[in-house]
Amino acid sequence: MAIDYAKIGLKVGLEIHQQLNTQAKLFCSCPPALFKEEPEITFLRRLRPTQSELGQVDPAAFFEFQKGVRILYEANRATSCLVEMDEEPPHPLNMEAVEVVLTAALMMNMQPIDEVHVMRKTVIDGSNTTGFQRTCIIASDGWIKVGEKTIPMQAASLEEDAARKTGEEDGGKTIRYRIDRLGIPLIEVATAPVIYSPAEAQEVALAIGRILRDTGKVMRGLGTIRQDLNVSIPNGALMEIKGVQELELIAKVVEYEVQRQLGLLQVKEELNNRGVKAEDLRQEFVDVSAVFQRTKCKVIRKALDKGQMVLAVRLPKFGGVLKRELMPGFRVGTELSDRARFWGRVGGIFHTDEMPNYGITAEEVEALRKAVGAGVDDAVVFVADTAENVHDALKAVVERAQEAIAGVPAETRTAKEDGTTRYMRPRPGAARMYPETDIPPVLLTAELVEKIRASLPEPAEKKVARLMKEYSLNEKLAKQVVDSGYATLLETIVKASSVSATTVAAFLTETLKALKRDGVQIENVADEQVLEIFRAVGAGELAKEAVADVFAWLSKHEGKSLNDAVESLGLRPLSKKELEVIVDRVVAENKRSIEGLGNKAFGLLMGAVMKEVRGKADPDLVARLLKQRLR
Amino acid sequence: MTEKAESSGYKGEVLNALRKAGCEVGDIIRVTAGGKSYEGILIPRSESGDTAHIVVKLKSGYNIGIRIKPDVKIERIGKGAKPMFASPLLPEQKPELPKAIILSTGGTIASRVDYRSGAVRSALSASDLYGVVPELADVARVETEIVFSLYSENLTQQHWSQLAQKVAEHIAQGADGVIIAHGTDTMAYTAAALSFALQNLPVPVILVGAQRSSDRPSSDAATNLIAAVQAATKAPFAEVAIAMHETVSDTSIAITRGTKVRKCHTSRRDTFKPVNATPLARVNNGEVIMLTDEYQKRDATKKLILKPDFSEAVALVKFYPGLDPAVIDWHVEKGCKGILLEGTGLGHVSKYCFDAIRNAVNRGVVVALASQCIWGRVNMNVYDTGRDLLNLGVIPLDDMFPETALVKLMWVLGQTSDAAEAKKLLKINIAGEFSPRTMLDKFGVEGEEADGN
Ligand SMILES: [Zn+2]
Repeated sequence: MAIDYAKIGLKVGLEIHQQLNTQAKLFCSCPPALFKEEPEITFLRRLRPTQSELGQVDPAAFFEFQKGVRILYEANRATSCLVEMDEEPPHPLNMEAVEVVLTAALMMNMQPIDEVHVMRKTVIDGSNTTGFQRTCIIASDGWIKVGEKTIPMQAASLEEDAARKTGEEDGGKTIRYRIDRLGIPLIEVATAPVIYSPAEAQEVALAIGRILRDTGKVMRGLGTIRQDLNVSIPNGALMEIKGVQELELIAKVVEYEVQRQLGLLQVKEELNNRGVKAEDLRQEFVDVSAVFQRTKCKVIRKALDKGQMVLAVRLPKFGGVLKRELMPGFRVGTELSDRARFWGRVGGIFHTDEMPNYGITAEEVEALRKAVGAGVDDAVVFVADTAENVHDALKAVVERAQEAIAGVPAETRTAKEDGTTRYMRPRPGAARMYPETDIPPVLLTAELVEKIRASLPEPAEKKVARLMKEYSLNEKLAKQVVDSGYATLLETIVKASSVSATTVAAFLTETLKALKRDGVQIENVADEQVLEIFRAVGAGELAKEAVADVFAWLSKHEGKSLNDAVESLGLRPLSKKELEVIVDRVVAENKRSIEGLGNKAFGLLMGAVMKEVRGKADPDLVARLLKQRLR
Repeated sequence: MTEKAESSGYKGEVLNALRKAGCEVGDIIRVTAGGKSYEGILIPRSESGDTAHIVVKLKSGYNIGIRIKPDVKIERIGKGAKPMFASPLLPEQKPELPKAIILSTGGTIASRVDYRSGAVRSALSASDLYGVVPELADVARVETEIVFSLYSENLTQQHWSQLAQKVAEHIAQGADGVIIAHGTDTMAYTAAALSFALQNLPVPVILVGAQRSSDRPSSDAATNLIAAVQAATKAPFAEVAIAMHETVSDTSIAITRGTKVRKCHTSRRDTFKPVNATPLARVNNGEVIMLTDEYQKRDATKKLILKPDFSEAVALVKFYPGLDPAVIDWHVEKGCKGILLEGTGLGHVSKYCFDAIRNAVNRGVVVALASQCIWGRVNMNVYDTGRDLLNLGVIPLDDMFPETALVKLMWVLGQTSDAAEAKKLLKINIAGEFSPRTMLDKFGVEGEEADGN
């Protein structure tokens, strides 16, 4: 189904966050690095929503606080100090990071702020030990060109990255966060909501990503860049979609979101036609544990054995609505389920639109319907968990069902790897910001701005032209290299090895793309290692055919060296002597079959030798040796 | 915290430019400079800020500083609204709960933020406090009184006296426990002072503070305060103590005797450590768990003995290699009545200071000694230097660390001006400041587990 997005009135704004590859974190001297081992340090905290006079306590956070949610922080000494633990005031703003953001901002034609003030943006889900994220505007009001269109850029900010969630315990009452990522500098750039199609959103994101990479100071790889989207259609709602990690996913996420909102609008119409009113949906819950006393449903069985309960609610005239698909694998029932998970800390919900299923029998469904007094047009939602959790879960389900009658609720959603989105939390009110008084304001002097302006990175088009000229790359390859963000690496490799630029460029673009498609974690291999690989190729120590295998091996064995890879893959190149022995043997073995073949014999023998030595010998050398033998 | 008359912080030409444009702090303004204009609320300038910029809070919530040059145009486009800090209603008091009195001396144990302007205001009245820390309503009937509004480094002996009298008044009026909100920097000094001034206490007096300001969600203020109120109203002991985080986790609050506790870290939540002691109690999940049997028992029938006087003619002299003994002479000349020497190791001060010390003692100055090691006990019998100092008339103060020793000397000289009497009083254990046995307790901050679960 092709959708005319212009006709629908789609509007998208982009907010792109990328980690900066600075020496130190934003407010302390720790390295911006993560750790994978067990934590050396753990500590427990609670965050208390500070009350605002306007009553702007974040509803989700306040709810969690009331439920006694605690946060278990994990740290190690290599990546965190007291600053990340909120046990020491922040150090002054990292000027290296300020300069990177200023560089990107000037490339986007923004105006630097005269005096930068660091703010505290209240965030009390535990992702920041302080309860706020430190952030500051560095420049504002610029533009970039994407194709023929000018995209206005609202602002470039510098902020600290948050801790990363590593798990939940005690049925969601303890949330684990790792603070290694906390404090890594992030650049945030935002466009105005002037993007009108999914494809355009992706193009603009690509253009911004290219500029950021051109600063030479941003991190690469999964988790280092996060795109947030603001998506809205008329009559729908403004949806904030967080954390799209792959650029290639943006168009799909927007498409799915439009589908979802259109679907919800149809659901609204359907419900209105059926004459359902919000007040018909009551928070009247029925304990239906008795219905499932002998159930074969594993989830319910387990809950009842633990002494928990099954609670049900009737959704009048919702029969059949819950199974309606909104996105691939995502139904109206999923909308209810996501809310129940978030507010009720349950694993999920059951509803009659998907029954009988999961070991629940038709008889049980009948008894359930009877217990809650549901008619044929009604749907019944039921949940098995602790009394507290099932009540919170069904309360959230009823609220979401009521919203379905009104249309599309404004939400903050999180993007999944398949491009669909899931409920994350309610939309926060206006950003709750107040000054970070522990950090003195920073002057962006005219001298500083001019210094940076004078040494701005080369713009993309110029770089393409230069790569074509200096390295004799064709236009397509040069463009691909620039788009990939590997131009600097290409130049470094070509200067440091005798490998041809075209070979290196093909590897950095096509080969890497293919490897990524095959599931290789390409970000696990450092630029220095890639350089080392090509140095070895240039020195004849590694066959150029083996580069992809070595790279893939290194991505799976972090911390190992090139030598380890060569050793483990059996790729140590053969010496000339070893090669001569093989060539002689192959010639002898095939003596019979090549007789009388004349020139064709060469091709046959070449194939036979290469089969044995691929990746361990240079084909040119094999050909030379073979020709000598055949002479 | 000193409440200054509200000032915009703007000075000189910038202030003139703002006046000319008719703009006041809180107004919505538009600033146009070089073809670019910014709109937002005019924010006060920090006192330490330069005089070339104005601060505007943009609609996005961000503050930015804009340089005011002659060609910059400032317009007032909307009238400002003053931040409104309406107090929430007092929750219903539960008559069955004990009565706690919270005295405030300054700092902010609780505060509220006006996100519109970014202003932070401290919450000190009982209703403010309940609004910010509603859990208190389930612990006690809380009354509050602001005694001072001072940074803790500005508190002196006179303030200790006033505070002791204030505590005595409230105890006389039937408080079941007294809580004193205090800046952490000098909280241990005040705790020691009150320990000597308030004797034979019928109920606990708990000092409490915060290492992270109360305007942030991660503040330790509320957790410490709730635990302090719990200890003050429920604990079986009746002594002066400090309630602060035991570890960097929010799980347990240590209650430590006022004469045996010291601020040991500039920034950590668990900065207060018992010195030559263990904590008296720990508050965990609302439970007060006693950690020792040696304490003065709570008993409402006990009659408080108030001795609130402190001498101001007391000095602390820290010995260090190369100390000029003229410093000691100078204090004596200035009329000092007591000198606490902060000696090295087991209790030593170089021989070249002996003449000055002898002179001081001869002029009737009480000279006592505590060790700059902080942890451990002085013993001046081990080395010649120690024995010589004893012979000069220097009083060794056993396992008292210098700050408590200093406060005790101030208090002793507030009770008597007779040197011989003072020396005697110095050696009497008044408020658990001496312990006869030195145990293998943890010392310092290091070695503590960060893990509090
Ligand atoms: Zn750090």
